[in-house]
Amino acid sequence: MCGIVGLFAKSAEVEERLGVHLAAMLGQMNDRGPDSAGVAVYRDPVPSGSSKLTLYSADRREDWRALALDLTSAYGGASEPRVRASHAVLVVETNAVEAEAWVRSNRPHLRVMSAGSMIEIYKETGLPRDFVAEFSLADLRGTHALGHTRMATESRVTTEGSHPFSTGFDLCLVHNGSLSNHNRLRLNLRREGIEFQTENDTEVAAGYLAWRMREGASLEEALNGCLEDLDGFYTFAVGTKDGFAVLRDPIACKPAVLAETDEWVAMGSEWRAISVLPGASEARMWEPQPGVVYVWEKELVA
Amino acid sequence: MAVDSDRRPWNLRESYLFDRRAIAEIQRAAREGIYDIRGFGAKRRLPHFDDLLFLGASISRYPLEGYRERCATDVVLGTRFAKKPLELKIPVTIAGMSFGALSAPAKEALGRGATEVGTSTTTGDGGMTDEEREHSATLVYQLLPSRYGMNPDDLRRADAIEVVVGQGAKPGGGGMLLGHKISDRVAEMRDLPKGIDQRSASRHPDWTGPDDLEIKIQELREITDWEKPIFVKVGATRTYYDVQLAVKAGADVIVVDGMQGGTAATQDVFIEHVGIPTLPATRIAADALQELGLHRQVQLVVSGGIRSGADVAKALALGADAVSIGTAALVAMGDNSPELDDEYRELGSAAGYYDDYQAGLDPAGISTQDDELAARFDPVLGGRRVANYLRVLTLETQTLARACGKSHVLNLEPEDLVALTVEAAAMAKVPLAGTDWIPGVVR
Amino acid sequence: MTAAVMAPEAAAVEVVDLETTSLRELNQRLHDLSRTPGPRAWRIVNANGAHAVVCGLDAEVEVEIEGHVGYYCAGMNKRAQVRVHGNASTGVAENMMSGLVVVDGNVSQSAGASGHGGMLVVRGDASARCGISMKGVDIVVGGSVGHMSAFMAQTGALVVCGDAGEALGDSIYEARLYVRGRVTSLGADCVEKELREEHVAQLRSLLEAAGVDAEPSDFRRYGSARQLYNFRVDNAGAY
Repeated sequence: MCGIVGLFAKSAEVEERLGVHLAAMLGQMNDRGPDSAGVAVYRDPVPSGSSKLTLYSADRREDWRALALDLTSAYGGASEPRVRASHAVLVVETNAVEAEAWVRSNRPHLRVMSAGSMIEIYKETGLPRDFVAEFSLADLRGTHALGHTRMATESRVTTEGSHPFSTGFDLCLVHNGSLSNHNRLRLNLRREGIEFQTENDTEVAAGYLAWRMREGASLEEALNGCLEDLDGFYTFAVGTKDGFAVLRDPIACKPAVLAETDEWVAMGSEWRAISVLPGASEARMWEPQPGVVYVWEKELVA
Repeated sequence: MAVDSDRRPWNLRESYLFDRRAIAEIQRAAREGIYDIRGFGAKRRLPHFDDLLFLGASISRYPLEGYRERCATDVVLGTRFAKKPLELKIPVTIAGMSFGALSAPAKEALGRGATEVGTSTTTGDGGMTDEEREHSATLVYQLLPSRYGMNPDDLRRADAIEVVVGQGAKPGGGGMLLGHKISDRVAEMRDLPKGIDQRSASRHPDWTGPDDLEIKIQELREITDWEKPIFVKVGATRTYYDVQLAVKAGADVIVVDGMQGGTAATQDVFIEHVGIPTLPATRIAADALQELGLHRQVQLVVSGGIRSGADVAKALALGADAVSIGTAALVAMGDNSPELDDEYRELGSAAGYYDDYQAGLDPAGISTQDDELAARFDPVLGGRRVANYLRVLTLETQTLARACGKSHVLNLEPEDLVALTVEAAAMAKVPLAGTDWIPGVVR
Repeated sequence: MTAAVMAPEAAAVEVVDLETTSLRELNQRLHDLSRTPGPRAWRIVNANGAHAVVCGLDAEVEVEIEGHVGYYCAGMNKRAQVRVHGNASTGVAENMMSGLVVVDGNVSQSAGASGHGGMLVVRGDASARCGISMKGVDIVVGGSVGHMSAFMAQTGALVVCGDAGEALGDSIYEARLYVRGRVTSLGADCVEKELREEHVAQLRSLLEAAGVDAEPSDFRRYGSARQLYNFRVDNAGAY
């Protein structure tokens, strides 16, 4: 069980202070999820032909420089790694498929947290407020972000088990709730070639979305598929390159609040998380209906 | 052809699967079109504390003398956050049983008995009666999904609050419970029409999940000015996670009710086929608290099939701070007494077998709302019986604890135990007697 | 006591800022009013979505809250009049015993859950499970209510000026439901019933007490078909 937050900037000021706002929102969700925290921030789009990887190492003295050099040898022009705590972001001059495959074969001990053109996923065990400090979250500028604080239900508290889960390039999922048929589903998805690192139910939902979209479904179709194929309680927030989506299960016991001003669209498990945003008291506020997919995208909102 | 004492020929063979009981049940279902509802707990044989033995004193360990060398039995429940934790003289409490399931004099007797020996009773589904509050010096008030009779005045006059997520007999239960009739007084207390079949909710109406439970607990604390300990009760299923989540949600005390825990009424299939036994549940819960570094700081109360001081002592040795009794307390008061055998037979049952609490026809006057039947039950005598029984439980526990060299019953530990069967060894995580083998544990 | 005339006379209003005063202190001061006399009018500012604000009150006081509140605002309220100038989250006025709670904005799930008495007024919309398990409270919603509203509602009344979501009154007992707008679907054992004189009178008095201007005859009444009160095997599909 957990706390979810999401923020989509409509103005340059909010983009500038995205990290600050996200940090404040996560702080409000500390109690809902004391076990771990994570964010997916969409920022600094890479040039066409390049891709961005966010990598995690359990070794705090990981030699990211050496990694960058090796990537440059392989593909030319890998950027300076930007390190935050246990994670590093690298931009590589090749597509995301290649880049990710290279890391998996050449640095198997590293975990690929995210891959794509804009997304950066950071997640770690420990209290959310410690996470915010450790990762200097307040520095981050970006167009939109999702955040999550975790209270582990049936799987271990590990870095890998934290949310957001990456479901594909520039895609991620956060979840509040508890699924009930994820074990069978995991077996089926494995047969389809989806890989899992944890026993976590959310990872299964993320894998399901990845599978559906790999097979040609749109994000909306894949999310509607959740209503048929997933059982249990969930509020899902999905991050995409252009925005984010929200879906609640038909019984809708787990909370979700949406709010909008001229400057931003925000989502949270509780109003508390949104109340810290500028102009929150004047925001239009509503709850997503159960069983309905909501999508916000840059073109639509701007 | 030879015949047995029931005049059955010797060559007859009963099926294990379709034995007489299974046949009777299938035919009853075919006649009535409704599932079988009954009271009591799981009747099937399950690995239990009987499969564990204590290693008493010998040359390496020395026992305590009775009487003069104290073996203390006091326990405090709710030290984590509450201003006024419960201070109990013995590590045995009376579990939640509703007025409605039990008659008013029966509830009174429980209060009298518990108060006499310095322990607590617990309200049940239906709320707090004045009789119970008056007769019970320490009263735990349950917050259940139904919220029958819930009100802030009772919250404030309770000594502790128990948020019931589930119970051992029916974890996840609620649903449409049919055939459980309610009397007039009960109907009024519960704001229900008289004479109908009661339907029970399985989830709380205003929270689902540990993250929202945390907020609910906060509300309960605020309403009661942080004075009272908050217990969270679960039926034993995924106990490891449940204990950790209850702790994260802010509970002071965790109550784990194994599948053998009794009920006034639920579907037989629920009682017998859902949940895990009290034996593994106890060990799992204690280990989960150990892992969090909170063993003995968040207290653990265990229930479901506690019958003697041996059960109490073993539960404590596995890590519980206290145990709770339900069925045993009813039996102590006279439930299923052989003196009532004729009347049980009139009901289609027999002394020692009776479990139709839901019918409200209990000749002992305990699990009934019928005034005539309830009048048969003397609450003062009943209270004395409960007190006697609680004293025996305590003395037996102390006897065993002393034999293991303990000056406090809470100093019993898993290493004082061995197991008689492989199942019990694996479930309790203690070695098979005479070996150092614990199935599943690699040293 | 009606919702329409709630503003207290210009006596001393005790103002509490939840950004500088702890919730614990606020609630304690309000709880102390059941024992010792104190201010009768209160104004709470900067609630910022905090939970359990002014829960457990048991005094004849009037409390105005500026801004949105979190879960369980005015939970288990007795005698007090509480007004939220904003939205309220899950379980507003849950298990209220008496008194009046008014929310100007929208409310989230389980509004008035298991309420025993008094009145809850929501000027905006309520979300899922409004009036779940109600045991005597009267709830009047100016807007619409979400799915599973009045689930297992035992007694009391729910008045909805807007629409009702799916499964209205599922497993209902004797509570009375009045809905003016569209009902997406009715729950198990909930049926439309005739709106007779006594119902019109009850509805009129509820609307008046809530300060809502609406014509009773525009509403339809819903309640229990009472088919699930005693088990009949042919109803097994409804469970």
